Amino acid sequence: MKNYDVIVIGGGPAGLAAAESACKAGAKTAVIEREARLGGILKQCVHDGFGLIRFGEKLAGPEYAERYIDLVRALPVDTYTLTFVTKLVKSADGFSVTCVSREGMLDFTAKSVVLATGCRERTAKQVLIQGTRPAGVFTAGTAQHFVNLMGKLPAKKCVILGSGDIGLIMARRLTLEGAEVEGVYEVKPEPSGLTRNIHQCLHDFNIPLHLSHTVTRVFGVDRLTAVEVARVDDKMKPVKGTERIVECDALILSVGLIPENELAETLGVAINPFTKGPDCDQTYMSSVEGVFSAGNALNVFDLVDYVSECAAAAGANAAARVPCGECVRIEKGKGLLSYVPHRIDLKKPADKVVFFFRSAKDMDRGTLRMTVDGKEVYKKKFAFLRPPEMQRVEIDFSAFGLNAKSKLAVELEEN
Amino acid sequence: MNLKSIAKRVHKIAPSVKVEEYRGCVRLSGELESWDLIYRCGVAAVSKGSLGVLNDIKLKGFREEMKKPSLRDDALEGKKPDVLIVGGGIMGCALARELSRLDISVLLVEKANDVATGASSRNDGCIHPGIDLHRGQLKLKYVLRGNEMYEGLCKELGCDFERWAQTFMFSTKWERYIIAPLMLLKGKLLGVPDMSFKSPAEMRKIEPHPPKWLTGAVYMASAGVVSPYKVTIALAENAIENGAEVSLNTVVEGMEVKDGVITAVRTNRGTLHPRIVVNAAGAYSDVVAEMAGDRTFTIHPRKGTDLILDKKKAYYALSSFARSYFAPLPKEAQEQTHAAVGHTKGGGVMRTVDGNILVGPNAVEQPYREDTTTNLEDVTAIIRKQKVAADELSTADIITYFAGVRAATYEEDFVVRKGIFTKNVIETAGIQSPGITAAPAIACDVREWVKEMLSARDRKDFDPVRKHTPKLAGLSDAERAEYIKRDPAYGEIVCRCEEVSKGEIVDALESPLKVCTVDGIKRRVRPGMGRCQGGFCSPLVIKIIAEHEGIAPEDVLKGDEGSVVLYKDTKKAAEVNR
Repeated sequence: MKNYDVIVIGGGPAGLAAAESACKAGAKTAVIEREARLGGILKQCVHDGFGLIRFGEKLAGPEYAERYIDLVRALPVDTYTLTFVTKLVKSADGFSVTCVSREGMLDFTAKSVVLATGCRERTAKQVLIQGTRPAGVFTAGTAQHFVNLMGKLPAKKCVILGSGDIGLIMARRLTLEGAEVEGVYEVKPEPSGLTRNIHQCLHDFNIPLHLSHTVTRVFGVDRLTAVEVARVDDKMKPVKGTERIVECDALILSVGLIPENELAETLGVAINPFTKGPDCDQTYMSSVEGVFSAGNALNVFDLVDYVSECAAAAGANAAARVPCGECVRIEKGKGLLSYVPHRIDLKKPADKVVFFFRSAKDMDRGTLRMTVDGKEVYKKKFAFLRPPEMQRVEIDFSAFGLNAKSKLAVELEEN
Repeated sequence: MNLKSIAKRVHKIAPSVKVEEYRGCVRLSGELESWDLIYRCGVAAVSKGSLGVLNDIKLKGFREEMKKPSLRDDALEGKKPDVLIVGGGIMGCALARELSRLDISVLLVEKANDVATGASSRNDGCIHPGIDLHRGQLKLKYVLRGNEMYEGLCKELGCDFERWAQTFMFSTKWERYIIAPLMLLKGKLLGVPDMSFKSPAEMRKIEPHPPKWLTGAVYMASAGVVSPYKVTIALAENAIENGAEVSLNTVVEGMEVKDGVITAVRTNRGTLHPRIVVNAAGAYSDVVAEMAGDRTFTIHPRKGTDLILDKKKAYYALSSFARSYFAPLPKEAQEQTHAAVGHTKGGGVMRTVDGNILVGPNAVEQPYREDTTTNLEDVTAIIRKQKVAADELSTADIITYFAGVRAATYEEDFVVRKGIFTKNVIETAGIQSPGITAAPAIACDVREWVKEMLSARDRKDFDPVRKHTPKLAGLSDAERAEYIKRDPAYGEIVCRCEEVSKGEIVDALESPLKVCTVDGIKRRVRPGMGRCQGGFCSPLVIKIIAEHEGIAPEDVLKGDEGSVVLYKDTKKAAEVNR
């Protein structure tokens, strides 16, 4: 049995940043990673564009991960790879963590835990695609694993459903690696990925993007032979008569990420309905005292730099173990898709809270407004808001004069 | 047999159909434009006095080619097994195991590259209590016996079995006071054990989330659940351990029958000369019976779709339940269910042995024997229908869905008998729902027949216990540590959703019936069956199979031949390798 102050579950970019800052804050820290190598999903993200904010330069995913691995390795942080948490339970003075590994069953205790468990991809069945069950239906992340980590092509000619960033990146990657991408189909009337990826991954390679279209059916008994695509109406339902058969040998899906919080849920952590991650305060602490959330498990981020920033804060806070007090919820008003944090703990510092949000729709100009008991206490203008792109702003909540009975609300108004 | 009245019934549906008697059967022929008409003619032709319905009416323009392996060799040429079993579903595999108790040679042939790829892996795994059956049906006889056998059988095979019971829920007072006592009486007459009435208060102790409209329920404690494909594979493995042979990718193409005796069976892997042929060919069992010159029945494929929900919703059903279909729903619930689901009265919500919630199935008649495609209308209709009994069900909880084809006969009963027109054939045909429950009991009867026909004796060295590694995630930490000490691979988790270790995957690759495909491994030890559906683990599983078998990753298939997962190297990899 080993005892730690902070155990970070997950050794991807969030977990590594959390561990680094927890250790630097003086906590005896461990990182538990189920895969053989640290770095998480960045290991397979060989494209560049990572680190512009954090390191001021354009890095490839593995390079970004390597920077953090080096930072953590330079510190007295214990790292356990190929180690899988089977049980996480609350104990008298913290948590007990049971793991399975090649060395056997491992038992740890921790005063706080940071859950940096990342997310998983939505699958074909979850978007109700019908037909046969052939080989050749992959999520974009799985296809990326095959291409970038195994050096194998999972398609010769494919259709991509969903214009999320991984889908766009894979459209380019597959093209560069010798496969043909027939087109990218997006059920929404606007693309889901970052604008720069639409340009760099699709336009530059003449890959068509079909908005308001979806894949309804797959064909082929053993290997996929074709898919049926259809136009959708404004309720995103396929329009009869618009179906078209596209011959191809693979369907690659980039239809959304789901924060992985199954472990968190075993502790009774409350999940926010908009981020699908733990409901958290300004220190990234969940509804369960001592349980912190970081990275895409907390909220699906668009940039890894933001993941690192949030996770570092979560790690430092997990180490500091600031006592909790009463919380004021930040009520969601119009115009917003999601945001973090979800509440302000009145006992914890609230002067430099980083507030991340996404708009509910495209807005050329919008005003973010906070009100306390109906009175405006904060406002800031933003330009070119798009749901796929997260906005970051520092807000001094301590200046709002909050008390336990305050009604704090946030909205985004289109101008 | 009153052919005239049969013809009258049939001609009401389709006047052009020819109705005749053929060897004690009612034979229908002609050509029609709708499958629904053909199906209804078949149903109308059922009569007590005949051996069965031979529905040979052709559907205009319809053609379905049987899925066959392309393999051709002479691996089985000239073989003379005492018993040849045709079909590797639960029926064939249960037969192989039972027959391996005898001092005879047993060969099972299956056209797919694994057992349990048809209806045996595409059903809900319910071990039925038998309440929906009728006196005189073979189904009833074998279901009652099979149900009793399962607990012991699963212990021997090392498969999970839970008697989680089944409840039939009433939404009106009159059902509670009229249907419930009638059901209990029927149960008594049929011999269904352990049935009782439960009040809503008693039900709440059994199911913490009963529907609001509940007025009472009939509780059937004998109902259970298994993983149907795992049981099928385990039966085959134990049969092999006891000397039976299983030949995959082997399709029966024809038979020579001379003077009422099968003298040769032609396959893609050579011609065999078995002493007895047992037909367990599922959806193709009438085709095989025809080859053997012993057909007295017709299979009309009936597709059913089931949905699998995330384990997170498992709290929602601790047993299996369905709403009584006798009364219309209470008004507020009616709206949700206006769409009827096929012609099925069945289907429900159940907890699988692996802890997921399974919803369905429906039932749709179709001419195809192997079309297991799913449709949006079915998926949404099933949810809509079962939402009535479980209002928290939602499409957002679906992790996957699948369809299977039941091998139904027009008589809606099993065909379990010795050959009528051919001496050395045994039919175990039309084994559809509740076939999983019944198959082990049917196999016992067939074993006795074979024993008598071949004057065989019991083998003294038969070992009913299958060698296997238990599911490690289900063990205590101390037991698990023991396994890891023996082999660290048991501590390496490959599938995070179902907590499957590399060691368990390697064990599956070294099992008596090893099938080195992604689906083969998935059916044996579950990687890829969880909520991410293999998103994370499928590349790892492919790597493990490739390494273990010494093949390239692109040579690892998903399932049957042709189900290639990976193609050539990427340009980058090709450059590096050069």
